[in-house]
Amino acid sequence: MNSVNEIPVGVETTHGNVRPILSEILHALDKLLDENATTTIDLASLPFGPGELDALEAALGEGELVAKLDALGNSRIRETTYPGVWWIEHRNVNDEIVGRYVEVTRLPEILCSQDADIGAGRARLGEMFE
Amino acid sequence: MNYRPTVGEILQAKGVSRRGFLKYCATTASLLALPPSMIPRIAKAIENARRPSVIWLSFQECTGCTESLTRSASPTVEGLIFDAISLDYHHTLQAAAGEQAEAARHAAMEENDGQYLVLVDGSIPMANPGYSTIAGISNVDMLMDTVKGAAAVVAIGSCAAFGGLPGADPNPTGAVSVQDLVKDKPVVNVPGCPPIPMVMTAVLTQFLTFGQIPELDKHGRPLAFFGNTIHDRCYRRPFYEQGKFAETFDDEGAKAGWCLYKLGCKGPTTYNACATVKWNQGTSFPIESGHPCLGCSEPRFWDKGGFYQPLSTGHFGSGATVAGAAVAGVALGVVAAAAGKRRQAKYTKEA
Repeated sequence: MNSVNEIPVGVETTHGNVRPILSEILHALDKLLDENATTTIDLASLPFGPGELDALEAALGEGELVAKLDALGNSRIRETTYPGVWWIEHRNVNDEIVGRYVEVTRLPEILCSQDADIGAGRARLGEMFE
Repeated sequence: MNYRPTVGEILQAKGVSRRGFLKYCATTASLLALPPSMIPRIAKAIENARRPSVIWLSFQECTGCTESLTRSASPTVEGLIFDAISLDYHHTLQAAAGEQAEAARHAAMEENDGQYLVLVDGSIPMANPGYSTIAGISNVDMLMDTVKGAAAVVAIGSCAAFGGLPGADPNPTGAVSVQDLVKDKPVVNVPGCPPIPMVMTAVLTQFLTFGQIPELDKHGRPLAFFGNTIHDRCYRRPFYEQGKFAETFDDEGAKAGWCLYKLGCKGPTTYNACATVKWNQGTSFPIESGHPCLGCSEPRFWDKGGFYQPLSTGHFGSGATVAGAAVAGVALGVVAAAAGKRRQAKYTKEA
């Protein structure tokens, strides 16, 4: 026996915590379509049994767009197989997960170029013409 | 007073982009258990916040609380100490010692009078001040001297919050908690043995962000983290509802991950955030590892009977108290019956 995973302990993985979140996402999609309102679900605040977070991620699946952000550690921003439903994972500089969210939106705010950064970049480019 | 830069200035100087800042704010909201809709407000507050001076005092303790904090992931403790707060005095972490260290404490107190935070881990011995001294100063004298100019005091861990292990029966040092001594400053209790590191950093971040202490429960604990019981948020709760319990640590129920209530779990009477925030960078918490909750964030948890006795056997209030109450109940019954007989006799006579 080489690893903890090989210890023959069968843990029931269904604790009923995944379905209510899928239902919340369903309602959030209605709000996005009807009222143009975005919803963010902070997964850190919800109780998950072993394997349930993976089950939720698997249920949402992988869509056609993945973005990587390198700012104060890496972040992965991925659209799920349900358009408008995004899976966002923030890591710190030690590559530890510090935030995990489901965002129901057309485009997560963090992907948009920010005015402060645009201004700083414009200033750098402008220096070439001084 | 030394110029204290805002967090926005610190991040800008480090070349952190606005996206990075938004990410920092999102994880801070998560840390403070605030809804994501609060992120813009948090961003504005953090950008303009100036880092507070923090003085950390360690009394009758085991250094487990500092061990827990230095393993906190979000924000990293390095970031917390060097960016978000100015940790001006901490026995274990500071390089200075002896008179130099005490001079640093006094300098921080003078420069930040009325604005600094005092963090305390460990209980304070009152039976004899000589039981615990630092640089020849008794714990009680150092505490009372340091809190004089503080904005607020945070009692870190069950020893500082409630007396903890040193205060357990028979309490040989006469250990008391911070709130037993400090009556004229706001005191925030962050109990646990040790407390969850994220809860400690969240209290500091809350102060940094909004310049005020969080909303507290009746034991002085931040409601955001101590508002629900472990049982309320436990992923094994459905098994409790279904009546599926592990009876021993190696039976089929234990292997199937059923509820640990009968093995002494104190989750139903313990207020803390372990079930959702979890430990070791969010890996798991005691119940997820197959062990009942000990109730370490509740007052006097050491003196509340066996860790492996189910709550239903009268754990909180202890078996002796329950037995005593039963005897008292019988005695009251006897007295009531006697009084009833006397009344009856009186009425019989009058009749």
